[in-house]
Amino acid sequence: MTPIAVTTGTSFRVPAAIAPGAAINRDETVEVTIDGHTMTAYRGDTVTSALLANGHRRVGDSIYLGRPRGVLACGVEEPNSLLTVTRAKAETISETMLIGPTVEVTNNMVAEHVQGIGKLAETADPEYYDYTYEHPDVLVVGAGPAGLAAALQASRAGARVVILDERATFGGNLVGTPDAVIDGKPVETWIAETVAELQANDDVTLLNRTTVFGGYENNYFMATQRRTDHLDDQVPFGVSRERTLHLRAKQVVLATGSHERPIVFKNNDRPGIMLASGIAGYLNRYGVLAGSSIALLTTNDSVYLLAQQLAELGHLVAVIDVRADLSEAALQAVAAGIDVIAGSVVCDTTASDQGALAGITVAEYLADGELGATRHFEVDTLGVSGGWSPVIHLHSQRQGKVVWDHEVQGFVIGQPRADFHYAGSVTGSLSLGEALANGANAGAAAADATGHFSFATEPVAAAGHRGPVAALRMVPSPDGEDQDAYANHFVDLHRDQTVQDVLRATGAGMSSVEHIKRYTSISTGNDQGKTGAVNAIGVMSEILDGHTMDDIGTTTFRAPYSPISYVGLAGRQRGELFDALRKTAMDRAHEALDAVFEMAGEWRRASYYPRAGETKAQAIRRETIAARNGVGMIDSSTLGKIEVRGKDSAEFLNRIYTNGFLKLKVGRGRYGVMTGVDGKVFDDGVTLRLAEDRFFMHTTSGGAQRVLNWLENWHQTEWSHLDATFTSVSEQFATVAVSGPKARRVVEQLASDVDFAPEAFEFMEFRETTLDNGIPARISRISFTGELSYEIAVPTQYGRALWDAVAQAGAAYDITPYGLEAQRILRAEKGFVIVGQDTDGTNSPQDVGMDWVVSKIKQDFLGKRSYQLDDFLRDDREELVAIMATDKNSMVRDGAALVSAEDLDAPRPVSTSGHVTGYYDSAALDRTFGLALVRGGSKRIGEKLYAPAYDPPVEFEITPLISFDPEGTRRDGER
Amino acid sequence: MANVKPDPRALRESPLQHLATELEAAEATGPHNVSIREVPFATMIGIRATPGSPAHDAIATVLPHGLPAAVGEVAGQPDALGVLWISPDEFLAVSVNERPELVATLEDALGQERGHVVDLSSNRTIIELSGPAARHVLRKTTPTDIHPTVFTVNRAITTTLARTPVLLWRTEDTTWRIMPRASFAEHIAFNLMDAMHEFNHALVS
Repeated sequence: MTPIAVTTGTSFRVPAAIAPGAAINRDETVEVTIDGHTMTAYRGDTVTSALLANGHRRVGDSIYLGRPRGVLACGVEEPNSLLTVTRAKAETISETMLIGPTVEVTNNMVAEHVQGIGKLAETADPEYYDYTYEHPDVLVVGAGPAGLAAALQASRAGARVVILDERATFGGNLVGTPDAVIDGKPVETWIAETVAELQANDDVTLLNRTTVFGGYENNYFMATQRRTDHLDDQVPFGVSRERTLHLRAKQVVLATGSHERPIVFKNNDRPGIMLASGIAGYLNRYGVLAGSSIALLTTNDSVYLLAQQLAELGHLVAVIDVRADLSEAALQAVAAGIDVIAGSVVCDTTASDQGALAGITVAEYLADGELGATRHFEVDTLGVSGGWSPVIHLHSQRQGKVVWDHEVQGFVIGQPRADFHYAGSVTGSLSLGEALANGANAGAAAADATGHFSFATEPVAAAGHRGPVAALRMVPSPDGEDQDAYANHFVDLHRDQTVQDVLRATGAGMSSVEHIKRYTSISTGNDQGKTGAVNAIGVMSEILDGHTMDDIGTTTFRAPYSPISYVGLAGRQRGELFDALRKTAMDRAHEALDAVFEMAGEWRRASYYPRAGETKAQAIRRETIAARNGVGMIDSSTLGKIEVRGKDSAEFLNRIYTNGFLKLKVGRGRYGVMTGVDGKVFDDGVTLRLAEDRFFMHTTSGGAQRVLNWLENWHQTEWSHLDATFTSVSEQFATVAVSGPKARRVVEQLASDVDFAPEAFEFMEFRETTLDNGIPARISRISFTGELSYEIAVPTQYGRALWDAVAQAGAAYDITPYGLEAQRILRAEKGFVIVGQDTDGTNSPQDVGMDWVVSKIKQDFLGKRSYQLDDFLRDDREELVAIMATDKNSMVRDGAALVSAEDLDAPRPVSTSGHVTGYYDSAALDRTFGLALVRGGSKRIGEKLYAPAYDPPVEFEITPLISFDPEGTRRDGER
Repeated sequence: MANVKPDPRALRESPLQHLATELEAAEATGPHNVSIREVPFATMIGIRATPGSPAHDAIATVLPHGLPAAVGEVAGQPDALGVLWISPDEFLAVSVNERPELVATLEDALGQERGHVVDLSSNRTIIELSGPAARHVLRKTTPTDIHPTVFTVNRAITTTLARTPVLLWRTEDTTWRIMPRASFAEHIAFNLMDAMHEFNHALVS
C-alpha cells in the first residue's frame, strides 16, 4: 500500500519555537520503516505522529469496503491505524493489531498497517513477561491533571497510592497545551513537580505506559504495563516486556478522562478527517501539523483553543460551528479574525485522486434539522468535535449505573459506585480548574476512607467557562432519505458500518441497542466502539420514532478496556513454571535410572525404567516379571497420609469407612473404603492403628486434601463431641514398597531387629523399628500386587537414603525398580481397584467387587442408607469385571466402549454395555487383559462383548474380576 | 536385643540440597541485592489444641512464649523457637536449631487431653529470601500484601506463592522465610530464582 502524502517530501514538523512537542526529544532522531517507507522521527514519536510528520496520511484500507482510511485520533481510541510491529531486537515477536497512536517508535523498527483481519504470529513469543500483586489504599486510574491532583492529595495524607496512565507522558491532554497555568506555574512545571514528588514517595507507585484494562469484584483491577517496547535495545533476561498488575485497591479514583467523538456525515471517513483533539494532540505532543489547510467542525467550545493555534500558524481555513448562536469562545475567535461559520455543518466531502480529503461541502443547518444553502471549501484536513464521551468503562464494568446527560451530551456516571471517586473530564466537566479541584477532593476522600485524613488543597487554575454543546450526531444526507443515500455515512470506522447498516437492522425490526450492536457488529471491533458507539445510539434515536438517547441507553462495557496480550496475562507462568511440579525425595534416583516420568496430578512419578535398547512394552513387562518372580521396588511416597489421634478415633473412623474399625488391633492395619453420603466410592487406603488412640490413615495420592477436608467437615459440623484430631503427614514420610516372592530376603538385610518370618510378621501387620543404618522406620505388610510386600516408611529427609539402601540390599536378588505402568498391571491382575481410574464417582463398593468391604453389621456409616435405594438394587448396575480379548494379543485403549453381540450389528444408536477402564499386556497371564465396568457384569461371566470402535471390532470374554492367583497363595512369598 | 545403631543424620537429604550451587548463583548483587538459600533440617512440630482447653493450657505452659492467639502472630522468635498460628486450633512450632527432644516434651504436656502433637520436621523445608529486593521478588510471586507496615517483622501467615501453598514468615526487616511442603520446594525455588533475575540489572520502572 502506498501511503497518501499531503505534500510529498515535506516535513509537517512545526518548529520547536512554535510547538515544541511535549512528548518528543528533538535532540534524538529515530529511523523507522513504516509501510515500506523509511523515515526519520524523534524519540517519543508514535508511528502515527511519525507518519503525519512525514506527510503520510493513509493507514490502510477499510476492512470490508476497501476505502482509504487515515489517522483519526491521537490515542487509544484510534479505530483505523492498526499495526503489525517488528522491533530490531534479537529476541522479539512480530505483534499485530497494535493501535498506531500508542506504538512508540524505536530505531530500525518495521511497522506495517494490517490489511483485512489480523493474523496471530505463528511462532512462540520469546520475550519475557511477568505479573505482580499490588495492594494500594488508593488506586488512581489516569495521570492527567485530575489524577495527579488526586494522587498528590492522597499520598500527602499518608495513603499508599498507585497511579497509572496508559500514555508515555504524564499530564493527560494537558501536555503541551500553550498558555495553561496551574498554581501560577506553567503546566509543564506543575506536572514535572507533581511527578517528582510522587516518585520520591516510597508509598507511591506512579507508572506510565500502563493501562488499567479490567475492574472486578471487591475492587480487584488488572493493568498491563508496557515496560520495554519503547527501548531500542534488548533488555537483559528477567526484565519483562509487559507486566500485568493485579491490584486489590481499597478505594479507587477514576480520572480516566474522555474521548472526543466524530460526527456522522456523508463521506466522513476519508484520510484527513480527524478528531479535533487528534489534531491538537499531534501538534502539542509531537509538534506535528496534521495538514496544510485545515477546517474544524464542532458542536462545542473545545476546538477554539486549537483554532487559535492553527490560525496563528496560518493553516486554519474556517471553523464550522453547528450552533446558530455564537458562544463566548466563538465570539472571541471571531474577534481574533477567525472565520467562524455558525449554524452550519459539513454534509459531504470530496477526495483527491488518491482518496484523501480534498474538500468539504458546508451546509446551513436549519432549525428543523434540514440542510440549507451549501458552500465548498478546499481543505486537506478536517478536525471534528461531536462532543466528548467520558471514559466510564471501569465504572460500567463494575455494573455502575450510566445515564445520558443532555448538557454534557454524553453518557455519564449515573450513580457513584461504592468506594469509587471520580475526577476530571470523566465527570463530564471539561474545565481544568474543576478537574484539579475535584481531583484533590477525590484524593482526600479516598485516602480518608482508608484512615488517612487530610484537608484537600486544590491546585488553582482558570475555570475555563464552556458554552453549550449542540445535540448533533448525524448530518442528513444531501442525497435524500433513501437508505442508499446513507451508504457512506460511517458510524463505526473500524467495522466499516454505516447508517445504512443501522437502517437495515431497524428495518429488520430491531430496536434494542444490544441487538443492533450484534446485528451490525458496531462497537465489536478492536476499538470496542470508543468513537463509534455513542453515534450509533444517536443514529438509532434519529431513526426510531419516539426513542431518545436516554431510553436507548448504552451497552455494558466489558474488559479489556483496550486490547491486551494473552502472553502478558500468562506472565512467568509458561514452560517450566507453568504449573507446580511435585517431586518425591527419590526423584533424582529415578532420574539416575533413566526413568520415563508421567504426571499424576501435580506429582511427577516414574512411569517405567527403560534399559538400553528396550521398548516401553519390554521395560514394563520386565518390571512386572521381576515383581512376580523375584523382587521389585517402587516409590510409593505420594500416597496421602493423615494421622488421627484421640480417644474416639476408632469410633470416628468406623463412621467414615464402610467397614469396621473398632476392633482393629494396635500393630495392625486394615484396608478401608470411603463413600460419600450417596454411597459412591470416593477414596480408599490402608489405615494402621499405632496406639489405642492413634491411627495412621493412607489415602489416594490425589485425594489427600479432599479426605482431610472430609474428616474435618464431619468432625467440625456433626461429631465435634468425638475426641478425634487430624493432622496431614503426607509429606512427612517417604515410602518404598518392596514386592515379590523374594521381598523378605531384601528387608531382612535392612532391619535385623525385626523378625520377618511369615508367622511372626503377618499380613496387614506393621512394625516400628530403627533400620540398621539408624533411620527410624515403620514397616508394613501391605500389598498392592498380591505378592509378599513390605512398605517401608521413613521421614522424607531419609527417603533417598532409604531408596539407595533397599536397592543395595536387593542387588543380590536383582531387585528391579518398577513404575506406575507395571504397578497398574500387577494390581489389575489381582482385581485391585484404582479409585478414579476404575471408578468414576457413580460406583458403590459393591459395584467394584468389594461387597466384602461394606459392613452388614455396623449400625451406621456414611453412605449406608444409600444401599437401600432402588437405584443401588438394580441388577443392571455397571460392575467391575475382567475382560480378555479372544485374540490374546489384541490391545484397546482405556475408555473403549463395549457393546453386546446383539447390539454390535443392530441399527445405531445402541446403548453400550459398559467401557474398558484399563487394558494391559500381562506377562503373568501370557496375554492381554483388562478391567471393565459392564452392566450387570458379575452375572455375565463368559459372555462376549465387543469394542466397535475398532475395525474389525475387538471381541472379549467377560471373566471374573481377579485374573491372577485368585486364592491369594502368593501373599507370603518364598519360604 | 537391639544393636547400637549409627547416628543416621549423615544420611539426610533436604529437598533443595542438590540445588545449593544454583541457589548461591542466583544471588542478585548490587543495589537491589537479593539472595536465596535453604535452611534445612529445622525441627517442626504440628500442634492441635483448642484455645481454652486443658491441652492448649498445658502445651502453652511448656513453650517459652506460649501459643499465638491470632492469625499472623508468632509466639517466640525466628532465630530460636517460634510457634506459628495456622488456624484457631492449629499451630506449627519451628526451631531452626534442631530440637529433637521437643516432640516428647510437647507430647508429655498434652498427655491424655484432646489435641495432637506430631513431628513434621520432614514435611516442609525453609527457603530464606533476603535482601532489599526480597520484597519485590515476593510482589511477583505471592498475592498477599507484604508492605512493611502491614506485614511486620516476625509475622507469619498461610498464603500461596507461585500458586503453591506456603507459610510466609518475615523474620527480619528484609528477610523472609518461605516454607513449602517438601515436594513443592523445587518448584518454589525455581520460580523465585527466575523472579530474582531482573534485580541484577538497573531497574526498569
